[in-house]
Amino acid sequence: MFWASYLLAALAVLLAWPVPVLLSKARWTARAPMAALILWQAIALAGGLSMIGAMLTWGLEPLGENLLAGLRGLAGLLVGRPAGPATDHGLDPVHVFALSAALLLTVHLVFTLLLTYLRIRRQRNRHRDLLNLLSSPSAHSPATLVISHPAPVAYCLPGGEGPVTVLSEGLLELLSPEELDAVLTHERAHLAQRHDLLLLAFAAWRTALPWLPTSQLAQRAVSELTEMLADDAALGSARRETLIRAIAVVASGGRDAGAAALPPAGPAAGLPGAAEAEAASTAHRLRRLLTPQPALAAGGQSLVVLGAALLLSVPTVLLIAPGLAG
Amino acid sequence: MATLGELERAVMDLLWNQIDSAGAEDAALTANTLRDRLARSSSADGKELAVTTVLTVLSRLEKKGLVQRERDIRPHRYRAVTSREEHTVELMHEVLGSAPDREAVLARFIGTVSEQEAETLRKILAAG
Repeated sequence: MFWASYLLAALAVLLAWPVPVLLSKARWTARAPMAALILWQAIALAGGLSMIGAMLTWGLEPLGENLLAGLRGLAGLLVGRPAGPATDHGLDPVHVFALSAALLLTVHLVFTLLLTYLRIRRQRNRHRDLLNLLSSPSAHSPATLVISHPAPVAYCLPGGEGPVTVLSEGLLELLSPEELDAVLTHERAHLAQRHDLLLLAFAAWRTALPWLPTSQLAQRAVSELTEMLADDAALGSARRETLIRAIAVVASGGRDAGAAALPPAGPAAGLPGAAEAEAASTAHRLRRLLTPQPALAAGGQSLVVLGAALLLSVPTVLLIAPGLAG
Repeated sequence: MATLGELERAVMDLLWNQIDSAGAEDAALTANTLRDRLARSSSADGKELAVTTVLTVLSRLEKKGLVQRERDIRPHRYRAVTSREEHTVELMHEVLGSAPDREAVLARFIGTVSEQEAETLRKILAAG
């Protein structure tokens, strides 16, 4: 199974660098945000799987012909029993190192996901506590809170005591009922489609692999794609002009009203990287609304999803294939 | 009958009003005073509010970091950690800031806009 570990390593390198870079630059993603989101998930999952798989299969090589035999051999070694025909090979330090690295990376990824979940839940709960004290329920729509602030602000807060959409008084004053509807539909799409779970997973991915620039790229792209999906949901009931106007009012109002009390919300020139990247995302989203492109043809979308499925199956097959061949 | 959440809110409102009217120096109140004010402000639905309930609410708020207890004299006195306005600013800061986790915590309708896009949007508003 030596060859399998090399193929897995090659795949890990591809998925860690060139593939995400190419995908983040692709133009078609704006025309098929759902398919693109599926592809991003497949890249991250297959990437993690091949990283761990490469080290695992390589480290187990002296212990058995395939993954199963290798693991059985390892278990035999660990409990101190003779491990069949592979015992005379033994494990030299290099292979022990590879196995330890595979184990560490697995534990690291799982724990980072867990810690990220806990950290984000704590931040949400804290935010919700304050919100409960400072806002009042909207008289017009359910699961909607109104906060007393002059700047036009709208956002949704998932989780906790039930997801809510939060609007500011400034927003209610500035938007027409139709524009407000578009905003609410957009925010509720985030909650209904559970975009928070996706963003959590990719926030954990970025936290776990901060030295991998593409982990930030992935998080940024996924966040942008969820915004596009929410826009599409809003366009299901609102006119395009209405949504654009709502965005224009919130974007420009947020910069002027209440600016004294608020952290700078723009312009992005000279702002730190995060804000600059966010501004670029907003620009993509706006361009998509201002000059609409037709959605990717069904055939193209299926192809993307099929590609995602293939991507996931390659490391899986590489992990078990030596066992099947042997 | 008021829920704990509603009571927390009523107590915080009283403590914040105290900051606004008496100033930050003199903003601490005892549980008894709070109980009396709550009884006065609520629409007197017959149910007498127990001091122990107020104390429960206060200790929950203390755990959440919203209320500070002054222990140097008895009975203990309680004050809001900061004013209502500062808490609102804190909340808005979380919403409008660009902390890396922000997008996972909450999703804002429109993110940071660059000068170029802001100009486009101003034109749209002017035309409409």
